Amino acid sequence: MKQLCLRVLLLVGLVVSGSSLAAVDTYEFADEQTRERFHQLNGELRCPKCQNQALGDSNSAIATDLRREVYRLLSEGKTDRQIKDFLVTRYGEYILYRPELSSHTLMLWLAPLLLLLIGLVVVVVLVKRRRSAEKSTTLNVNEQENLKALLEASETSSEAEMDKRD
Amino acid sequence: MRRVYLFVPLVIFLVLAVLLGRGLMLDPNKMPSALIDQSVPEFNLPSLASEERMLTRADVVGDVSLINVWGTWCPSCMHEHPYLMELASQIPIIGVNYKDVRTDAKKWLVKLGNPYVVNVFDEMGTLGIDLGVFGAPETYVIDRQGMVRYKHVGVVDERVWLERLKPVVDQLRGEG
Repeated sequence: MKQLCLRVLLLVGLVVSGSSLAAVDTYEFADEQTRERFHQLNGELRCPKCQNQALGDSNSAIATDLRREVYRLLSEGKTDRQIKDFLVTRYGEYILYRPELSSHTLMLWLAPLLLLLIGLVVVVVLVKRRRSAEKSTTLNVNEQENLKALLEASETSSEAEMDKRD
Repeated sequence: MRRVYLFVPLVIFLVLAVLLGRGLMLDPNKMPSALIDQSVPEFNLPSLASEERMLTRADVVGDVSLINVWGTWCPSCMHEHPYLMELASQIPIIGVNYKDVRTDAKKWLVKLGNPYVVNVFDEMGTLGIDLGVFGAPETYVIDRQGMVRYKHVGVVDERVWLERLKPVVDQLRGEG
């Protein structure tokens, strides 16, 4: 009896979980290529209401509407460019996850390159400096004699100090 | 000379602190509207009151007025409604009933009062998309030529009206 109950519950569970998938809207596409473009656009466009989600990820009403709009424009044979322009004139450049290269987004695009260049310059300078420091570690005859003299002097002075303490 | 380099991290820190501090002050929900200083989009939609009466852009422009996007499914619209009733005597308010059920919307207006001179019934949200609506309520100030001059996302209350909308309205009315 208990086993039968479990089986029935399991079956019910399977049926219920299947129906929750039906909430995803379905579209029919003329060909595989259009479907591909639809999914790509959904990934690249941003949901205006839920700002950290792409159009394709969001279940909000506005995202659903905009997906329908993208689908409509695709079926009308509009290019990706035209579809993006359509949405930008209504929602602003904000809707593009990959902003266009223009005067006010120039910094956004160039900053990584600029930072990379700065990093490279810093690395090159540091490496050069270290190399020149390494070169100068070998002392010439004069310097070696100077060093010897200094070491001896410090040795005798420290011995003298030890003597004092004793 | 070397000493100067010691201040580099401090300078970087200060620059970052200022930039990030400014970032904290920004409202992430505030989206620049693409429609500012653009014409109210063309549309051809039924009025809320009657399915037969079709409304177009020409029916709603002509005076300095507000366009208010609302729906009975939107709790903030309920919250906003009493203040719109007060505002109705000061400025014409055009309603866009956004993605709603006609009978529900009609009932709402009978029960709570109707602050709108006319209501466009935008069942599928097509005018909403043309207006760049991403949630209700949204309120637009339009001038006599039918240009959108200001957009407010969220509830209009006394403070929003006095601080944000009224100055724009007064200026537009002054332009003659």
